[in-house]
Amino acid sequence: MKMGKHMPEEKKTARKEIAAGKTLKKIMADHFHEMDEAAKTGKKKIAWCTSVGPAELLRGMGFLVYFPENHGALLGATRTATEVIPYATAIGYSPDICSYLTSDVGAYLHGTTPLTRAYNIASVPRPDVLVFNTNQCRDVQDWFAWYARELEVPLIGIHTHRDIGPIREYQIQDIAKQTEELVPALEEVSGEKFDMDRFKEAVGLSRRTSELWRECLEAAAAVPSPWTFFDATIHMAPAVVARGTKDAVNYYELLLAELQGRIESGIAAVDGERHRIYWEGMPIWGKLRALSEQFASLKTCVVASTYCNSWIFDQLDPEKPFESMGRAYTELFIVRDEPYKEQYIKECQEKFRFDGILFHDAKTCPNNSNNRYGMPERLSKKLEIPALTINGDLNDLRCYSEEQAKTNIEAFIEQLDER
Amino acid sequence: MSKGVFVGADVGASRTKVAVLDGEKTLLGYSIRKSGTDFLRTSELCLKEALHMAKVSPSLISACISTGYGRKNVSFRNDSKTEIGCHARGAYHYFPIAATVIDIGGQDNKIIKLDDQGRRLSFKMNRKCAAGTGAFLEEMSFRLDIPLEEMDFLARASEHMVELGSYCTVFSGTEVLEKIRQGAEVADIIKGLFYSVIKRVMEMDSFTDRIVMTGGVVEHNPYIVEMIREITQKDVLIPKHPQLTGAVGAALFAMETAA
Repeated sequence: MKMGKHMPEEKKTARKEIAAGKTLKKIMADHFHEMDEAAKTGKKKIAWCTSVGPAELLRGMGFLVYFPENHGALLGATRTATEVIPYATAIGYSPDICSYLTSDVGAYLHGTTPLTRAYNIASVPRPDVLVFNTNQCRDVQDWFAWYARELEVPLIGIHTHRDIGPIREYQIQDIAKQTEELVPALEEVSGEKFDMDRFKEAVGLSRRTSELWRECLEAAAAVPSPWTFFDATIHMAPAVVARGTKDAVNYYELLLAELQGRIESGIAAVDGERHRIYWEGMPIWGKLRALSEQFASLKTCVVASTYCNSWIFDQLDPEKPFESMGRAYTELFIVRDEPYKEQYIKECQEKFRFDGILFHDAKTCPNNSNNRYGMPERLSKKLEIPALTINGDLNDLRCYSEEQAKTNIEAFIEQLDER
Repeated sequence: MSKGVFVGADVGASRTKVAVLDGEKTLLGYSIRKSGTDFLRTSELCLKEALHMAKVSPSLISACISTGYGRKNVSFRNDSKTEIGCHARGAYHYFPIAATVIDIGGQDNKIIKLDDQGRRLSFKMNRKCAAGTGAFLEEMSFRLDIPLEEMDFLARASEHMVELGSYCTVFSGTEVLEKIRQGAEVADIIKGLFYSVIKRVMEMDSFTDRIVMTGGVVEHNPYIVEMIREITQKDVLIPKHPQLTGAVGAALFAMETAA
């Protein structure tokens, strides 16, 4: 064997772009422009809503719905979050709390938004009402409360149950009741009477969006997988911001057809797919491309994730809108106990046949970091596959040591190769 | 098997190590230098010195695998492997048993569990903080103005170890100064620093019955090995050149590549 020539620093492996992405861009642009127009003209009322909040109710009552968590993800993906977090820290918001919160509030204080560069929109749309559901975490309430004080806007919300084992009827009824109790306050802001038919229509569309989103995600059960977790984090945007609209339904029909086409043609997202990985925890928004390329160069496809699955709400039922919302937002992974979560991931392994699990320990997101109470060790034993934990964060890249993470991932794939 | 030699280049954050093995897996030559900022040049210098020690010409190199933090910055590599893989491979070469490998490096600590075939069952690296690594001892050596090579000797002389509480290297420095102000003996503080390194390692993972320790910190501070043996009450083994284990592992991978 001859001695190696000076080898390149990194082998880059291009991502295979998904054609539906063009439509996705249009949906997102339309979403923000419509919001911007409404904020300027006041023709439509705007509700800010948590990502897994009662969006269906808000749509059903005629609000345009804006999602600060989506804005948080944009701040992360554009790698501007780390620059603006210190502005929030300086007014007393710890760098250890949710970096969506600190980057979003920091961006507001700094007077910037990634919407300017992406859509030529000067600022995020001013809300008429702020509506939260604490099922993601308590931080969302504190986040919205800051804006409520700053903008003098009403703040209402739903307080979730947590660490839920088997679902109890009282839990569903409680969330359903809390959701229903939002109606009078929302009527006051909107100036319109609640219309049950319109609400049911939104719930129905949300249900259909969820069904299609599930089918898209489950397309990754195919071997080789037609797409990756990194693709899905981008294409989940309509499931978050347009859930409950016809646009979202149309979009996922388009995306699903493309993924099915890839499966039929044997097109792999990762050429020569050798290993399949499950991603547990938040994405590292500012490093999606780098991670995607690293996994592709290691011929490893990250096929599934709890995160992307978290926007499947196929319990929604237009005939029982409040109750089914109560159920959908109570059966959610994030509010469940450890045995449920482990069983959930076990079932995912049966479906997606992954041979390793990566836990992302996000410094500022304890609720979405499931490695902290011994789950990687327990699951590794139960599923008889290795687990790896990498330290990082959803938005604050100061918490992410890229070289450490890259070496850990590379070593993990070496370990899978040895099996 | 080729009659040439096999090279492993371990470019660590602190030191670069190059090992040259013959086809019988015998260590013919090696070199260790500070990695500095020019990994390319340092690794080439190390190669030259290791080949000189081995008394072989560069033309006899059959294959080279690089590893370590600067593994992609080695001009003469055929391929690279992670330091986790190479330390595991090197440790198993010296001790072909099921064991827990503990590598205390300049910037990273690694705990690798191997089965009796040398396959990795699991591994862990320190979280992004470098407390408890060689960098911690280097910083303390600087703060106390005591050469690194004297630390082992001093720690052995300790009679009343001073325990340090902080996670953070910088705050530990402040804590050390506070202990000095309180009149603590330097030897007792240094033993406390060693104990601090051990605590950081022990909280990373559980250990199996047999432990193999590698890396520059244990090469230069064998008292740490004795302390771990005493604390864990386990069988703790060290290769002849703990600091070279990763480079030797890389050279063994080079041999497999060329086979």
